[in-house]
Amino acid sequence: MIAAHVFDAALAVLVLGVAIWTVTAGPAFAAVIGFVAYGLLLALVWVRIAAVDVALTEAAVGSGVTGALLISAAARLRPTEQRAAAEQPGPALRFAAAALAVLVAAGLAALVLFPAEPAPTLAPAAAAHLQALDVGNPVTAVLLAYRSLDTLLEKVVLLLALMGVWSLAPDRFWGGAPKLWPGGQRGGELTLLARLLPPIGIVIGVYILWVGAVAPGGAFQSGAILAAMWLLVMIAGLQKAPEIGQWRLRLILVAGPAVFLAVGLAGFALPNGFLSYPEEYAKPLIIAVEVVLTLSIAAILGLLVAGPPESERQR
Amino acid sequence: MTAATLFGLCGAALVGLGLFGTIVHPQPLRKILAFNVLGSGVFLLFGVIARRGAAAAMGGDPVPQAMVITGIVVAFSATALAIALLLRLSSISGSATLSTDTSARPDGSGGGR
Repeated sequence: MIAAHVFDAALAVLVLGVAIWTVTAGPAFAAVIGFVAYGLLLALVWVRIAAVDVALTEAAVGSGVTGALLISAAARLRPTEQRAAAEQPGPALRFAAAALAVLVAAGLAALVLFPAEPAPTLAPAAAAHLQALDVGNPVTAVLLAYRSLDTLLEKVVLLLALMGVWSLAPDRFWGGAPKLWPGGQRGGELTLLARLLPPIGIVIGVYILWVGAVAPGGAFQSGAILAAMWLLVMIAGLQKAPEIGQWRLRLILVAGPAVFLAVGLAGFALPNGFLSYPEEYAKPLIIAVEVVLTLSIAAILGLLVAGPPESERQR
Repeated sequence: MTAATLFGLCGAALVGLGLFGTIVHPQPLRKILAFNVLGSGVFLLFGVIARRGAAAAMGGDPVPQAMVITGIVVAFSATALAIALLLRLSSISGSATLSTDTSARPDGSGGGR
């Protein structure tokens, strides 16, 4: 037990230290690297508070995919950094901001130290119907059955964000391909990695999707891993980013939310209403929705990192 | 002190830290970074609430955990959109600043394609 306490304390100190570095570091690039390390450490914290599904998501999306996005942005913005950094706010504003931050943190800390008793929980309610769904992982059950409306709307948010990113492209590039941050030269380490890792990564991604029904894992985590493999291949230059005008690409992007919505609407005709599954088909339906969602999530995450199109459409 | 309390305090500190960075950093990229630290602190607090709700042979309440997973993905989409806006701003104006003082911009025009 002592070892666990020491580990937790050390982890908390490390997380806070890296977070302070992320906020205070001089160059933006150093801060971004700090943020990626921070995300990975935070994933360990999630494991320590028994939320392994969240840990996987934090490591894959919060640290990994967000990190790729921020690193390329920091590299592109480096020439503008000096000018923007010169606009430091005065000491009065800094002091006021610090006071506000301490006040908010102290208030939240008081909530943590003197929490409501008894602790509110929906775990028994979530456990009550797991048998009927035939899904062993309660988090997957919440995401795809009890609170599936949240998950459906979140897919729509992802699509809206992608539309927002694309709409920032100049008119002449509409329908063209995004340009990824050019990585190393052909034949370098990056190319080697981009050839070696994807087969392994794809197997891990499929495994995490499949095992999500009974153990930590699921569509989000799997989609993020597949997106990372796709990005790796594109950054290494082994495959060009797709043109956003292609109808096949658009089909993959909307397939996940569309299938989810179709299954949801079918719920009106069969069982009890929108987004409810007939009991005997709950498991196969949930898995079918998850498989299509994973493909869409992988494509959307990859394209969000790739950014708006930066070249004219061919043909 | 239990692990949940310790990491709850950690989450509270992260929220404060992120809030401070979001306000004082002049560079938009650093604001986005700090805002993500703030957000992860909020998620962590929610995770601690989930941990306290451990019952029915589960390590934590799965409902807040599922909401945090959704939250992480939504936070990523918002970050991606913010980064795209920022890169577009810098490609149009040649600088990445939120200052409304147009004379600070190299072309002084404040935009246009």
